[in-house]
Amino acid sequence: MAGGAQGSGVDSAANIFARACCYGGLHVYGKREYHSNIKGLHSYFHVRVSSKEVGADVDRVDLLCAFDAESVVRHIWEATPGGGIICDTEVLGVKIFDIPTWPGPFVEEFTKTLDEKSIRPETVGDLLNEVKKNNVRIYAVPYMTLLREIAEEIGEEKLSKLTRMINVLALGASFGLVDYDKKYVEKAIRMIFGEKPKIISMNMLALSKAYDYAQRKFGDFGFKLKPVPTDEERIFLTGVEAVALGKLAAGCRVQTYYPITPAADESEYLEENELFEIEQSAVKQAGGHIVVMQTEDEIAAVNIASGAALTGTRASTSTSGPGFSLMVEGLGWAGNNEVPVVVSYYQRGAPSTGLPTRHGQSDLRFALHASHGEFPRIILCSGDIEECFYDAAQAFNYAERYQTPVVHLIDKALANSNKSYRMFNPGLVKIERGQLLTGADVKDKEYKRFEFTESGVSPRLPIGTPGAIFWNTGDEHDEFGHIAEEPMTRTRMVEKRMIKLETANKEIPVQERVNFFGDADSSATIVSWGSPKGAVLEATERLRQEGYEMSFLQVRVPHPLPKEYIAEVLGKAKKKIAVEGNYSAQLAGIIREETGIVMDYFVLKWNGRPMSSDEVYDALKLIVQEKAPKRQVLTHGT
Amino acid sequence: MALVDLQLPGSKVVIFSGIGCSGKLPHFVNAYGIHTLHGRTLPFAIGTKLANPELEVIAVGGDGDGLGIGVGHFVNTGRRNVDMTYLIHDNGVYGLTKGQASPTLRLGLRTKSLPRPNINEGVNPIALALAAGYTFIARSYAYDVRHLKEAIKRAIQHRGMSLVIIQQPCPTYNNINTKEWYGGEDRIDPATGKPSPRLYKLEEAGYDGIVRKPEEASSKAIAALTKAQEWGEKIPIGIFYQNELVSTYQERISQQIPTYIENPPAKQVICDAKGNPITSIAKMLEELKVTG
Repeated sequence: MAGGAQGSGVDSAANIFARACCYGGLHVYGKREYHSNIKGLHSYFHVRVSSKEVGADVDRVDLLCAFDAESVVRHIWEATPGGGIICDTEVLGVKIFDIPTWPGPFVEEFTKTLDEKSIRPETVGDLLNEVKKNNVRIYAVPYMTLLREIAEEIGEEKLSKLTRMINVLALGASFGLVDYDKKYVEKAIRMIFGEKPKIISMNMLALSKAYDYAQRKFGDFGFKLKPVPTDEERIFLTGVEAVALGKLAAGCRVQTYYPITPAADESEYLEENELFEIEQSAVKQAGGHIVVMQTEDEIAAVNIASGAALTGTRASTSTSGPGFSLMVEGLGWAGNNEVPVVVSYYQRGAPSTGLPTRHGQSDLRFALHASHGEFPRIILCSGDIEECFYDAAQAFNYAERYQTPVVHLIDKALANSNKSYRMFNPGLVKIERGQLLTGADVKDKEYKRFEFTESGVSPRLPIGTPGAIFWNTGDEHDEFGHIAEEPMTRTRMVEKRMIKLETANKEIPVQERVNFFGDADSSATIVSWGSPKGAVLEATERLRQEGYEMSFLQVRVPHPLPKEYIAEVLGKAKKKIAVEGNYSAQLAGIIREETGIVMDYFVLKWNGRPMSSDEVYDALKLIVQEKAPKRQVLTHGT
Repeated sequence: MALVDLQLPGSKVVIFSGIGCSGKLPHFVNAYGIHTLHGRTLPFAIGTKLANPELEVIAVGGDGDGLGIGVGHFVNTGRRNVDMTYLIHDNGVYGLTKGQASPTLRLGLRTKSLPRPNINEGVNPIALALAAGYTFIARSYAYDVRHLKEAIKRAIQHRGMSLVIIQQPCPTYNNINTKEWYGGEDRIDPATGKPSPRLYKLEEAGYDGIVRKPEEASSKAIAALTKAQEWGEKIPIGIFYQNELVSTYQERISQQIPTYIENPPAKQVICDAKGNPITSIAKMLEELKVTG
């Protein structure tokens, strides 16, 4: 784990560290936490490195690498026995309560912990001495001395210009400590700092200085990092990148957005990749592009996307909770006019402004019910970064097949964390455009945009198609799209739209809507959705090795919910356990409505931090040992 | 009529409307008609034009729709200079909800549906449009059909974002800014014995709002702003400002995306006959690659 003040290069350090490990053939799972602030407040990254693929957070910190005093204090209790803490020699004398950035609640909590442990450290050095008693090793590195040496070597007079490189010094010390081959770190530095040779050489120097210092001075660290050479093609990416790539592969050609955390990153990535190649053999056209448009607000974003979708273009918008709240009316218009628009909805701490930069998973009900009246929508929830890629693509297929808005829910935990994966296979993406008509199909016929059909789906003509016209209206309408208030028309139109959801329920295979892990006859079944997937899988694997068999039902499409299947699976379950990142167990509530089945246990979390597999393991273990209360609230994370 | 004159076939035109009496307009015209949400006409229209710039896109709405709830989009649309046309029916009231004061109704006026005189000042749509960046700003009058038709035609033909404010008497709810009031029937000219209309044509008064060289843009805008202050006893109709020297939104996008016009989003093929994607993300995956 590495931490520092925002603006001090925590991000680049995170990227360098993770990539350096990946280049050596190690698997990485990285989590970022930061305040809703640009400079000064604390942020950190927690990277898990392993020779096997890992997909969940854990609580332990084997190596804490602190850029500043605050990072030491904030994370001190997470350092494991046998682990180490790297810090600046200058922070040792800093008085803990003199650090200016403590919020009131932190001071309260921290003081309580000190009281519980009956200790009274005054300085950061005192605090470090306390954890030494737990076999945590302290490695103080003289960052400023090293910077001065660098300044002299490169002829830079102003030391202040170099303090930016403390992050790389800290990294260098970390890698030196774990004895990792420096060449991978150098490769990462080159990759991250790209086109700036002067910056690269400065950082290489910083890396060497700190790396050599650690190798010389610190030989006793128990954890070593060794590369695991591999031929396997692997990528390392974040959730937002996975979503963006899924959209591109699916043929999305218009994306609108209003800047909001964490969704804006997706649109920026799309815009950086707005020009791309297309397979020329298939069709003659001069290159492909996506138009990414920043709008004046989210209301414009969703409605511009609808306007684009009307032309037969695959269009989407990306946002988070506060933005989706503004999109609600537009969602209803799209539902009423059967427009295939895709909304990528990144969940974060809510309600209201909430926790803009922190994890949340409490908007399922909102996505399900948003907008007045009744109309069909389809909801997808990705459980990991790889699912984000395929779900982002599939969203457009559902949208066009059923001609209705699709909401793709992605947790903040997935959006900003990154993970190494075996190379994705874009060949697995399929494109289905539903009943899309051309001019030839409607020539010389009177076209009815909302023609009554058995499935509820009416063949769709893009606006602007020569030779035909039709109308759309937010009002209730007839088959041509003109306003219609007659009772009979109204009855049939509502039915027509709602039947599309039944059609979707019949047509979308169960295996596209849920993942089931484990043995159907196990002692307990966990039900969850979204990012807890990684933690649940890891926790149940640990329990399995201890002799406790548990199965896991991960819901990927909660609407339309495959209720017969779920009823069957849960009907057999001896213990039903809901694991969700919200207060009211929203998915459990939806399952109860649809199937009548009530969960036996609830493992819930809403503190703005993702679930760690450790706390999920603890909670599940209590349940299988019959020691658990009905409701357990998870609280780990800093 | 304007569309017929311009020889635009119905299937090439998309008319977007908002909510209100004027919202019903698309249903009466034989062109693609998209009746959208209150105040949100412009985003829908922009989305369509963005995806398929070949289409002729016309947005219509009321003053309540466009200058109240929709004013955020009104202003930001001007910044973009999308090549399309926006027609606002200005009648001073929210007709369809039975006559509340709209954003253009002046301070102190009490139309027959209001319990008290209006406590808000009216916004100046011409001035607002100038500040927002509209490059064609005109006013016309619902009862001068020929003038209105020409204004609409010029607006459509203009290369850039066009706005036509149409003074539209609402016979049901606005008993102040009536046809008789615009026609000046309450003020007879002693010399002629005839009503002295409040409306006058800018062109006939020797006003020229057209920017022909970049250096003129500022002074023409100031002249237009000055003219925009005229209301009440003298109300100008005609073209206040026109500037075709400003790049359109489509041109700006083309700077970043050279094939945008020739191969816009709506026309792009995205898969082969078997439903396999043809977009290559190999380059992006390569950049994300760490081993192998």
